[in-house]
Amino acid sequence: MKIHEYQAKAILAKFGVPVPRGEVVLKKDEARAVAERLGTRVVVVKAQIHAGGRGKGGGVKLAKSPDEAATLAEQILGMKLVTPQTGEEGRIVRRLLIEEGLDIKRELYLGVLVDRTVGAPIFMASAAGGMEIEEVAKDRPEAILREVIDPATGFQPYQARKLAFGLSLTPEQVNVAVPFFQSLYRAFVETDASMLEINPCVVTGDGKLVALDAKVTFDDNALYRHPEFKDLRDLDEETPLEVEASKFKLNYIKLDGDIACMVNGAGLAMATMDIIKLSGGSPANFLDVGGGASEEQVKNAFRILLSDPNVKAVFVNIFGGILRCDVLASGVVNAAKELKFKIPVVVRMEGTNVQQGKEILKHSGLNFAVADGMKDGAEKAVALAGGAR
Amino acid sequence: MSVLVDKSTRLIVQGLTGREGGFHAQQMLDYGTKVVAGVTPGKGGTEHLGVPVFNTVAEAVKATKANASVIFVPPPFAADAILEAFDAALSLVICITEGVPTLDMVRVAAASKNSKSRLIGPNCPGIISPGKCKIGIMPGSIHKEGHVGVVSRSGTLTYEAVDQLTHLGIGQSTCIGIGGDPIIGTSFLDAIKLFNEDRDTHAIVMIGEIGGNAEEVAAEYIKKNVKKPVVGFIAGQTAPPGRRMGHAGAIISGGQGTAAEKYKAMRAAGIRTVQSPAEIGHTMAAALGKSASQSKPSAKEKAAGKSKKATKKRK
Repeated sequence: MKIHEYQAKAILAKFGVPVPRGEVVLKKDEARAVAERLGTRVVVVKAQIHAGGRGKGGGVKLAKSPDEAATLAEQILGMKLVTPQTGEEGRIVRRLLIEEGLDIKRELYLGVLVDRTVGAPIFMASAAGGMEIEEVAKDRPEAILREVIDPATGFQPYQARKLAFGLSLTPEQVNVAVPFFQSLYRAFVETDASMLEINPCVVTGDGKLVALDAKVTFDDNALYRHPEFKDLRDLDEETPLEVEASKFKLNYIKLDGDIACMVNGAGLAMATMDIIKLSGGSPANFLDVGGGASEEQVKNAFRILLSDPNVKAVFVNIFGGILRCDVLASGVVNAAKELKFKIPVVVRMEGTNVQQGKEILKHSGLNFAVADGMKDGAEKAVALAGGAR
Repeated sequence: MSVLVDKSTRLIVQGLTGREGGFHAQQMLDYGTKVVAGVTPGKGGTEHLGVPVFNTVAEAVKATKANASVIFVPPPFAADAILEAFDAALSLVICITEGVPTLDMVRVAAASKNSKSRLIGPNCPGIISPGKCKIGIMPGSIHKEGHVGVVSRSGTLTYEAVDQLTHLGIGQSTCIGIGGDPIIGTSFLDAIKLFNEDRDTHAIVMIGEIGGNAEEVAAEYIKKNVKKPVVGFIAGQTAPPGRRMGHAGAIISGGQGTAAEKYKAMRAAGIRTVQSPAEIGHTMAAALGKSASQSKPSAKEKAAGKSKKATKKRK
């Protein structure tokens, strides 16, 4: 689960991580009031969206007066912010963070995440702050310092010192950096984060370290331990159809093609998208209905798939193991009768009770194309959607 | 022959009295798996499905000489269940549960370094040596005893591949679902090493997906050490970067973990890669020098498959 920068900073502050003074605003007049309250010579106006590269897209600006802060707030609020991470469609800016300007001497990168190759958290630090860390990792991997953390002993002060000295901080700055880094790690563990990134962490003119930006992503599997995080979810940042699907515990991701697919199992769902592409078509979505979908879920899945106006054909690909083909077929038939759609549907079923499933489709009086295998199904769906491009 | 599980496997089901544990335990019993005990704290001394239930894994092992355990407990309790199985020194621990918090698995991964147990999963369909032992949630009927080892991060996609093999008359020595999470017990590399050392496994199918670099690590090993034919497929060639495709571990992050990179490493290792998931069976048949039309499953095998009852299961 992603959260906004201002929410991440509020959480980090609770763990003792120094962050700039600032407030979130929804209206331009509030921006002026906040700038006045902050009272610094310069304030920073920052668009709050769930995507990086905001500065490049014009979503982060400096204001030299409360008036200018209000003017900038008016420009940025409601704008469609396009960054390298949002894609062409961009995101509408609905919230702004107004923060004090700082006297920046150095920009560092700090990150904590679970490294799946070692099966443990790692703390990363780099003197190349403020840049795309993926680029740094590609071009100059030696510029990123890493400390693997043993979960039994936790992140030790010596590890924090190794990183801090490795960043060429002065001894005085190292003394500040060690508790800073340790607070970050504590925040990572205690919030069950899957990723925590401070880019940049700045060294100010008076030798302080401050988290100028903050990005925190929570582990979805651990959200049950943190019921308070539910309120941090911003539905405006999610695709409406994905929000709708999540209500029915359907794993749906919208893509930009025209062949909708409904599959059981994540691996098979990805493979189905792949075979649609190989057959000359383009998948409209990823959808895993899960191992034990009910008729009701199948119906909801159909409704969501068909709400996408781009869809020209639907490919249902089910390998019935635990999910029985007859249950799936009844769900598809009922969905078709109830939703009364005209879009062609190709069904490929294999596995448990496949014959009963095929009978149900045949006797439904509805026009389903029944496919023999994944390849045949994908090719039929592509043909029904208007052929390969 | 087969790897890890066979007729000598004596299985404990942690979570036997739960809905999922009970349903799948029955399926495993029907397949012929020796389910010798169940563990549900507080229900020790009772019986479920004709299987004795114990309060702790240690008690169950002591009383039944079990050597493997399968875990069906809900995600908040899964890491604890795995650690309890490690503590009882079971040689094989299989965790089916989906949705285990990553930091719980970090602790499990650390503990497994000092443990005698091998972990498979979590978030996996389990392991099956056809005709001998089925541990997990896969439909037993689609499998056929034979000599191809299958290793995969996925559930239903593995069934798809196995079904293709079986329809071409190609049986399997053992099929291992290693799981779709970022931190798992047995890796591709571990499974491939086992298959490589197993004399009765003549060829290997590996089914990867986007995210991480476990496929690349295994490919490196295959390049140097594996003479048996290997057929490889990667799911997620069309997946957009930065999105988690159903499985917690299936995500392209920072340009890393793409299908293209994995295919490149696999080809460089001499693996017979297929772009289409529909070509896994035929490609293996070609690798083994079999004609595609050869031996469909016999009527008897088909009948045996159909007689297996199946009920709903949420995963």
